[in-house]
Amino acid sequence: MSEAPLQRTALYAQHAALGAKLVPFAGYEMPVQYPTGILAEHNWTRTHAGLFDVSHMGQAFIIGPDQATTAAAMEILVPADIAALKPKQIRYSQFLNEEGGILDDLMITRAAYPGYEGWLYIVCNAGRKRQDFAHLEKHLPPAVTLKRGEGMSLIALQGPKAEAVLARINPAVREIAFMSYESLDLAGITAHISRSGYTGEDGYEISIWDKDAARLWQLLLTEPEVKPIGLGARDSLRLEAGLCLYGHDIDETTSPVEADLLWSIQKRRRIEGGFMGTARVLKEIADGPVRKRVGIKPEGRAPAREGTVITDMTGRQIGVITSGGFGPTANGPVAMGYVEAAFSKADTAVQLVVRGNSMPAQVISLPFVPHNYKR
Amino acid sequence: MPVKFSQDHEWVSVEGDIATIGITNHAQEQLGDVVFVELLAIGKKVTKGGEAAVVESVKAASEVYAPVTGEVVDVNKELEGDPALVNRGAEGGGWFMKIKLSNPAELNDLMDKPAYDKFVASH
Repeated sequence: MSEAPLQRTALYAQHAALGAKLVPFAGYEMPVQYPTGILAEHNWTRTHAGLFDVSHMGQAFIIGPDQATTAAAMEILVPADIAALKPKQIRYSQFLNEEGGILDDLMITRAAYPGYEGWLYIVCNAGRKRQDFAHLEKHLPPAVTLKRGEGMSLIALQGPKAEAVLARINPAVREIAFMSYESLDLAGITAHISRSGYTGEDGYEISIWDKDAARLWQLLLTEPEVKPIGLGARDSLRLEAGLCLYGHDIDETTSPVEADLLWSIQKRRRIEGGFMGTARVLKEIADGPVRKRVGIKPEGRAPAREGTVITDMTGRQIGVITSGGFGPTANGPVAMGYVEAAFSKADTAVQLVVRGNSMPAQVISLPFVPHNYKR
Repeated sequence: MPVKFSQDHEWVSVEGDIATIGITNHAQEQLGDVVFVELLAIGKKVTKGGEAAVVESVKAASEVYAPVTGEVVDVNKELEGDPALVNRGAEGGGWFMKIKLSNPAELNDLMDKPAYDKFVASH
C-alpha cells in the first residue's frame, strides 16, 4: 500500500476522546473498536443501538437534466433497474466491468429535492471510491456529470432501538420506509436520512455536513441506548447478516450471479441487458454459475478465516472462504465463501482445512442471524 | 520461583520441573476478545520457539510459541467452554498448559517482571 498520510473524518477527535483504537483502513484512520471491545459492541448493536462513523465511504451525486436521462446513463454501469426507482427510493447494486466482474458495490438513491429531480445520490466503498469516480467520469455521457460529495459526513445508527432513539429527536423518522430516505431536521441539523444499513438490523444512515457531524454524534451518544461501535463489530455484524465485503466476498473476478446477488438485478434488466458485463451475467443466469457464494458453518468452535480451503468429503478442493470469524450472536464460528455450484445447496457437508487439519462444516443459507429490517 | 516472561508475551511459572504457561495480560489486551484456544494434546513434545497453541480473537488467529522445551503434561480444559477466561484472567485462571521441563536452563533466557514491563513499554 502507499505511504500517503492517512485521512481523518470530521469525527476523528470524537473517536480519540472516546478512547478508540484507531487503525488505518482504506486510507483513513478509523476506530476499529472502543474500550468495551468488539464482542460487547456487536451485542449492543443487536440489542440496543450502535453508532458508527462511516464518513470514509464515498458519497457522490450523478447529475443529469432529468431522472430518465440520469437513470439511463447509470444503467450502463450497473445491472439494477434505476429507471424504475421511485422518488426517495434506494437500491443496492454493483458497478460491473466489461467482463461482468464487480468493480464495487454501492447504494443508489433517487433524489427528490425540489430542483434536483435529475440527481442520483450514491454511496460506495471507501477503498474503491477513487476508482469508482474515475470510472463514472469516463463512462457518463456529456449530459450527465459526477459531483463528489465534498465536506459530507455519514453516520449510521443501527439496532432495534435506533428508531425509538432517533424519533426522540424527530418523530418523522418513524415514517421512513426501509430502503428509502427523507430529508429531515435533527435538532437544527439538516440531515439526509436513509433507512438502510450494513448490520442486518433496522436503522438509519444519516448524511450530514462535516460541520454538523460532531454535534449530531454527541447528541446521539447522550441517549442511553446508544454506544459507539467500531469497524471490528461492523464486520462481524455484516458477516452474520450475510452481507458482502468488497475486496473479500466480491471483487473484479466475481460476478453478481456468482455472488448470489441476483435479487439485486431486477427483471427488466435480466431481459434487456444493456449494462457492462451483460454477456456473462445473462449467460450465468441462463446456465447457472460455475461457483457460488454460500454461507459456511464450521461444526466446531474454531473460526475459519479468509483464505481457508474448502474441500469435499474426499479432500478435493471445491472452494475457498472469503470472510470468516466468530459470530457473537450466532455464538460460534461463521463464514462465507465460494464453492463449486454442485456443492452450493444448503446442508451440503464440506470440510475446511484449518492449520493442516480437516474440520467438518456445512453449507447454510445466509444469513446466520435473521434480518431485522422494518418492512 | 517468581513468574518469568518471554519476548513473545508468554508467562512461565515453575514448580519443581513443571512449568505452567499462558499469555500475558498485555497480550490479551492486544488480542481483544478471545473466542477460541487450540491447545496441543497432553503427551506432545514442544520445543522452545515452536508452536504450542493458537489463540483466536474476534479479530484474528495468533500463534503462541513455547517459551521452554518439554512435554505437555496438562492443558486448561476450561478454555474450551470459556475462552474468554483468557481475557478475564490471562495470568491466572486463563493459563494454557503445563510443561514438564527438559532443559530448565532455558528459564535463564526469560525476563523477570520489571524487565518484561520495560520490554512492553519499549515496543
